[in-house]
Amino acid sequence: MGDTIVSASGVTKTYTMGEEQVHALRGVTLEIARGEYVSIMGPSGSGKSTFFNMVGGLDTPTEGEVFVEGRRLADLDSSQLAWFRCHNIGFIFQSFNLIGTMTALENVAIARLFAGVSPEQAREDAARVLERVGLGHRLDHLPSQVSGGQQQRIAIARALVNEPLIVLADEPTGNLDLKTGEEIINLLNEMKQNLGVTVITATHDMKMLSCSDTVVRLRSGAIESVQAKDEIEITVGTIDGETVM
Amino acid sequence: MKGLAQLEEIPHQTALSWRIALTVSMAGLRRRFFRSLITMVGVVLAIAFLAYMLVTESITRSLIALDHDELNILLQKFGVDIFSGGETDQMTIMLLGLTLMTCTVGILNSMLMAVTERVREIGTLKCLGARDRFIVKTYFIESSLQGVCGAVIGLVLGLIVAVAVSCRNYGGYVFSTLPVVSILGDLVISLFIGSLIAVFSSIMPAYAAARKQPVEALRVQE
Repeated sequence: MGDTIVSASGVTKTYTMGEEQVHALRGVTLEIARGEYVSIMGPSGSGKSTFFNMVGGLDTPTEGEVFVEGRRLADLDSSQLAWFRCHNIGFIFQSFNLIGTMTALENVAIARLFAGVSPEQAREDAARVLERVGLGHRLDHLPSQVSGGQQQRIAIARALVNEPLIVLADEPTGNLDLKTGEEIINLLNEMKQNLGVTVITATHDMKMLSCSDTVVRLRSGAIESVQAKDEIEITVGTIDGETVM
Repeated sequence: MKGLAQLEEIPHQTALSWRIALTVSMAGLRRRFFRSLITMVGVVLAIAFLAYMLVTESITRSLIALDHDELNILLQKFGVDIFSGGETDQMTIMLLGLTLMTCTVGILNSMLMAVTERVREIGTLKCLGARDRFIVKTYFIESSLQGVCGAVIGLVLGLIVAVAVSCRNYGGYVFSTLPVVSILGDLVISLFIGSLIAVFSSIMPAYAAARKQPVEALRVQE
């Protein structure tokens, strides 16, 4: 483990919806170490996604501060944030968010193009990362021609192609069946081990717990508990060959 | 592994090239191919009408200039006022104006729909490091392409119909005095007006797209 990569202190976020004030986050203070696999758990509306957006530089806190690698994100202007997102954050979404008319290779290569490499280099890098996530034989397929699990693999390849410091995965298994979800979790874990990226996932998938170093539970915008791996007790059983908790 | 801490200051994201924007735009056009086609048909018809009017006027003028007795009778038979020099009447100009406006609204509407429909995609691109300027570029290219392609097809169509109708009405006279330079000028004007409409009607959707905040964009349920 070692040094801190993400540090949030007293982060609050209040949205105004009409007359009403919605408190998405009510003072979240959290430190995440480099190379950790952190699962943020909590029911919908608990502020998981809001916290995520803060770390990814997509949203700014109402109060409090978010530091990534010791840099205050609030100090960056929009083009610096774009650079920051491009080079340091890999996003993975519940609904994959691939571009439907682009092939797997193009979907991954476009992220590389955004980082400023040549088109040839981008395709080469994209092919290498896709190979790595087990889709070397699907380079020229459109997202609609592959399964949900494979689409999420393309999305993971896209998130990793710029060698980010942090991968933010918002409910990455939410649209997948149990077995495919587990494969995706294993893949993320493998990437964490091999590439040393910090993985932060928002989830309510209990399967995530087994490979998490830290589990943060959020409830109504506040941290309920932070548990390290060895403090978590999970019993895993199987029904018809499928892992259940 | 690179780290932020090693950098003196976080650089600004570079403006992404038109070439990358074109790749993204083409993907968008392919996805909505039939709707893009329908929008394009609107432009084709409007510009065909415009080109038809302009070319017909040029041809009529050159025919009047011939001042040939038999031809003058023919011209009057087809309702041309040879004493006014063959100018297009007010009513037709108004109709033309309306057509061009309808076509502008058509592109505008289609592109605003494309923006609403692709909010999620815009959000994703922003997550990947696209700046607002890049999003503007992609939508600008997309609607301009529709407009310019539509204008080119429209002016060819308008030219063919104008020449064909004139030939039917006035026979061989048309080719004996075909005002090539004037017709080329008409085509350039049509292309210019078509492109202007396309560019004008793509500005608003492009900015609407760029203003989408990634957070809001990603929150939209499919």
